[in-house]
Amino acid sequence: MMALIVSNLPALQVALPIIAAPFCLILGRGAWAWALATIVSFVTFAISLALFASVYDGSIISYHMGGWAPPIGIEYRVDIVNAFVLLIVSGVAALVLPYAYRSVADEIPADRQPIFYTAFLLCVAGLLGVTITGDAFNVFVFLEISSLSTYALVASGAWRNKRALTASYNYLIMGTVGATFFVIGIGMLYMITGTLNMADLAVRIADHGDSSTLHMGFVFILIGIGLKLAMFPLHLWLPNAYSFAPSAVTAFLAATATKVAVYVMLRFMFTVLGFDFEFQADTLKLVVFPLAVAAMFAASLVAIFQDDLKRMLAYSSIAQIGYILLGLAFLTHTGLLASIVHLFNHAVTKGALFMVAGCFVLSTGTSSISSLRGVGRDMPWTAAAFVAGGFSLIGLPLTVGFISKWYLVQAALELGWWPVALLIMASSLLAIIYVWRVVEAVYLQPAPEGITRKEAPLSMLVPAWILVGLSIWFGVSASLTTTAASRAADALIGQSQILWQE
Amino acid sequence: MEHHSILRVVSKLLIPPMLVFALYVQFHGEYSPGGGFQAGVVFAAAFILYSLVHGIDALIKIVPPRALHVFSAVGALIFAGTGVVTMLLGEPFLGYYALAENPVHAQEWGIVIVEFGVGMTVASVMLSLFIAFASHNPRLDDKDW
Repeated sequence: MMALIVSNLPALQVALPIIAAPFCLILGRGAWAWALATIVSFVTFAISLALFASVYDGSIISYHMGGWAPPIGIEYRVDIVNAFVLLIVSGVAALVLPYAYRSVADEIPADRQPIFYTAFLLCVAGLLGVTITGDAFNVFVFLEISSLSTYALVASGAWRNKRALTASYNYLIMGTVGATFFVIGIGMLYMITGTLNMADLAVRIADHGDSSTLHMGFVFILIGIGLKLAMFPLHLWLPNAYSFAPSAVTAFLAATATKVAVYVMLRFMFTVLGFDFEFQADTLKLVVFPLAVAAMFAASLVAIFQDDLKRMLAYSSIAQIGYILLGLAFLTHTGLLASIVHLFNHAVTKGALFMVAGCFVLSTGTSSISSLRGVGRDMPWTAAAFVAGGFSLIGLPLTVGFISKWYLVQAALELGWWPVALLIMASSLLAIIYVWRVVEAVYLQPAPEGITRKEAPLSMLVPAWILVGLSIWFGVSASLTTTAASRAADALIGQSQILWQE
Repeated sequence: MEHHSILRVVSKLLIPPMLVFALYVQFHGEYSPGGGFQAGVVFAAAFILYSLVHGIDALIKIVPPRALHVFSAVGALIFAGTGVVTMLLGEPFLGYYALAENPVHAQEWGIVIVEFGVGMTVASVMLSLFIAFASHNPRLDDKDW
């Protein structure tokens, strides 16, 4: 039995949440659906850990769906790069679900909760599927599974604020445009090569050489995924979707959805199109690089002027995506390492901060910063978690945010681009401003008369503090994450024959 | 509804062949054009026609939304469950060869079972969507026709 399970781990990773999702619907009671979803998320996390442990040494697991060998059949291919992302997605899901119980009970009516947890599990399964699959079209299918369930999850914020419906609709339109662009791009790659398996695509594209169809395919994929990951000018869906979604959904999405999209981008850029592809290098340097820098500043500046905590954090997410894309655009080993390690670090930091925002929403009924005046006395643990998460967002030493920025600055200096290093530090100063605005309201401003706000329940505080703890733990001893990220960068570079700058 | 005899008679004539045709498309899917998705849509269309003639309440009486939710879940579980069964029999997920001695039969049975799940889910989701949208409108009285 054990051998059976071990040999089918890659399939179970995705199949388990997919199978559990209909059961949640059948159970029909919120608490039971929640219990099932939580147990499944723990098992899914255990599977990710097992997969991560078995590919940590650089080996690759290839699983043939339905027994059909690739390139004809669908292949699930686990290497260090996607095992790392799988770990992020399933880990965050396993923390968000225990957190969700109280938060969802407060924000969503009881008869709708089973459907909510069904959609949540489908979203988890979709994101895991995108990450684990080695088939380009399968990426699109799972991307749609995760996106469609995300639209429903965002819309379920409508019981708190009706504007969730327009936010979700907006996201639906932009997300569908993104998915369409992506599938057109895949169609062009298929046109050139006649295959959809990523490893096979890479070989055949390299044989085929450069062509304008390939350029178009690359651009379509870049823009499609750019929409999904909220690359700077394509980010317009994100602030509303994050601020009006239920708190648990925001915490989960902010920590995982954009990260998975970044992974898809890495995979297509360096594994699939990873031959000596000048057009790609030029695009990264001339288009993605300036956009990433613009995101770091523009989104941080906008974040400073927000009055809504969740909205402020959403804009900050767009800025952090800028850092990830910046590391990518350096086209060096250190830059790629910084990007990959920041996937994890930002997931931990932003997950914690959005969980804290959800605690505030539960107690005060709103997420506006002005209503948080003096809340530090009433909710000491929640407020302290915000401060610790905020330190990591700024990038103070001994937090994970520092590790990411350290490698980013190092990557910039390696290339001799010291103005970029200065820009990275300057944008961190902006983060100090918007984090400070909240800290000031929470601790320094007097509480309004006659209102006491209850501390958030333990079931919400513990997951938030686990994430805060992780952000400090991996900030102090970063060897595990940086080694994994370094090996992942090696794997991506090793697979590609792009002209890497030394 | 009693006086719309043309609508009633035509729908009575149409609905049974639609259901049979849906089943035909369903179970010939593996060697002719068709399959679970198309069959599910045709099957649901028969119910939708019934509801267009007799009203949304009559449809909800036959298939309550809660039952539709369960059916859509069961359909998905038939698909995924096939994968789990083949996995337990020692093949990969959805490796149909585990289902029978003869590999051709195994593949055929596998696809028939899986497509049945697809058809069930598609039909019940179609109906759920229809009911969700149709229930929003104010009821149309017989006099308003």
